[in-house]
Amino acid sequence: MKRILIIGATSAIAEHCARIWAARGDALHLVARNEQHVQVIASDLKVRGASEVTTYVTDLNNMDKHEELLDVADAALGGVDIVLITHGTLSNQKSCELSVKETLAEIQTNALSTISLLTLNANKFEAKQSGTICVISSVAGDRGRASNYVYGTAKAMVTAFTSGLRQRLQKSNVSVVTIKPGFVDTPMTAEFKKGLLWVKPISVAESIVRAIDGKKTEVYVPQFWYVIMLIIKILPTKIFKRLDL
Amino acid sequence: MTNLTKIYGWGRYPQQDAYLHAPPSSASLEFTAKQQDSVLARGMGRSYGDSANALNVLQTTYINHFIEFDKATGKLTAEAGITLREILEVIVPSGWFLPVTPGTSYVTLGGAIASDVHGKNHHIAGTFGQHVKSLSMLLGTGEVVTTSPQHHADLFHATCGGMGLTGIIISATIQLLPIKSSFISQKTIKADCVEAACEAFESNSNATYSVAWIDCLSKGKSLGRSVIMLGEHAAQGGLDIDIRQKVTVPFSTPSALLNSVTMKAFNTAYWQRAKHNVSQTVSLMPYFYPLDAVGEWNRLYGKKGFVQFQCVVPKLDGVANMRKLLTEISNSGEGSFLAVLKQFGTANENLLSFPIEGYTLALDFKASETAIKTVKRLEDMVVDMGGRLYLTKDAVMQESTFKATYPNWEKFEAIRERYGAVGKFSSSQSKRLGLA
Repeated sequence: MKRILIIGATSAIAEHCARIWAARGDALHLVARNEQHVQVIASDLKVRGASEVTTYVTDLNNMDKHEELLDVADAALGGVDIVLITHGTLSNQKSCELSVKETLAEIQTNALSTISLLTLNANKFEAKQSGTICVISSVAGDRGRASNYVYGTAKAMVTAFTSGLRQRLQKSNVSVVTIKPGFVDTPMTAEFKKGLLWVKPISVAESIVRAIDGKKTEVYVPQFWYVIMLIIKILPTKIFKRLDL
Repeated sequence: MTNLTKIYGWGRYPQQDAYLHAPPSSASLEFTAKQQDSVLARGMGRSYGDSANALNVLQTTYINHFIEFDKATGKLTAEAGITLREILEVIVPSGWFLPVTPGTSYVTLGGAIASDVHGKNHHIAGTFGQHVKSLSMLLGTGEVVTTSPQHHADLFHATCGGMGLTGIIISATIQLLPIKSSFISQKTIKADCVEAACEAFESNSNATYSVAWIDCLSKGKSLGRSVIMLGEHAAQGGLDIDIRQKVTVPFSTPSALLNSVTMKAFNTAYWQRAKHNVSQTVSLMPYFYPLDAVGEWNRLYGKKGFVQFQCVVPKLDGVANMRKLLTEISNSGEGSFLAVLKQFGTANENLLSFPIEGYTLALDFKASETAIKTVKRLEDMVVDMGGRLYLTKDAVMQESTFKATYPNWEKFEAIRERYGAVGKFSSSQSKRLGLA
């Protein structure tokens, strides 16, 4: 039985990971903003087999609460083996372009709050010399593109941060897994027209759980995004800047 | 800024452009529903024709949580968008099974109730709705009410089998069936014509499960030759369940692959392979859901899709009438290999529930103008026989047929009026059938 802390537990990807862990009989501590929604999920996970489910309601942008949040999780689970950080918002690029406030708010939610949690959690795991930290970043962080570079900037920060953290914690037996999903069919992306590149949250969740089990480092989900992003990354800037991506 | 998306039922015929709303929780489902003029809840989209098609569709994809499962009493409460497959994964290892199950596990709880689905045990257990203790639903007025056979009974009996036209089912409590094993003891009987098949149902009416695969292409003496499969829950074998899907049809195959030659060959081979009076133990998933092992098998019918015809004819003169229908089908030469014959027990009090005491026949036709003509000819015959067609399978029934064969339709409309459903909940099918 694993003791797992899930931050952003009402996201579709987080919920499907939780269902896989529940079926295995793991103990789960769910952190989310919407009390009613997280309670519905908690009851569901109990029926699906989780040995224990506890919840903590907070707005993760309130970083003053992060230390308390992690302490409560530690107490509820009797120690944490795995932490999965999935919270975030899909920025509206167009309105960010017109508002500094909105741009910074998106970076706060998608990068700074995550970095705060990572910092605090890394120190806890480093001290006990064990644990797995898994963070959902995005392929959008691999190279800034006109269509969503605010979101991409935040995710680039998360990817770079976890890369460094991974090196640092290597000697402490703590693994840091960075997940880079492509297009996922969730309520967050409900308004997009879906094509061939889209996948269901359940298949992303299966990949995440596999990546955590296998102590992977950086994982593109699905894997074909590795190839797509490789091409996008190596395009010379002279050409890249003219593209409509 | 939601986009129009093409939607269709399991038969992939007919298709329609729709606005899809997929609320992430039941609270936002209520909010979204209130914002639309007219909506329809849609689950897995496994009804065959246009009964889950509408311009504004509320997908219950994310409304799929378990609420409570009492392992001691077998009482299960869950949200409407959960699939029977997810339910099985949780309940079977605890020694419980669905009291009634259709031939696929890829349907939602809400869909099973709205279609008042039946299974191989209809003659003993009735329909799915008969095992629903209570359900919580959103009305056209914006209210959320709990209904049961005791409370708002009129609404309850209109909603079970009501095709989503009375409101949106949010959650339901059902009573499960205790089992000792996840295996089924199956017995196979061969019947060399439809009369022998009906006789076999009669003489095995105490079997818990019974269903027949029927050859709709054979003629003359062997018209309606059948392989009847009887089943009982086994007492031993453990409670493991394997819900992994084996293979998926990756894309629509050229529909020419399913033609009268290949189907005849399949049917003959199936008949020859079956052994008379043989008993064996099989596991639950392949017994109840043989086609679920092949993901998206509907693609085998090609891009144009298929229409399914499922009728029931009353027991009186039922055997002779079944022969008439089969003669018409085998003469058309268009019936496919997936044909099923089953004896139904008595009808229930749900207003639009399909089963009546008698014999039911279900088969697919590759969608084409001639096939639709054949289906319409069969429809007229069924009306004359005092039978009816299954709304969940229907894509082409005429309004006059519906109103003549579902005599409770006016009571149904009165209840919809009473609970604010008129004008708020409708489907392409309900419009075709002349419901307000």
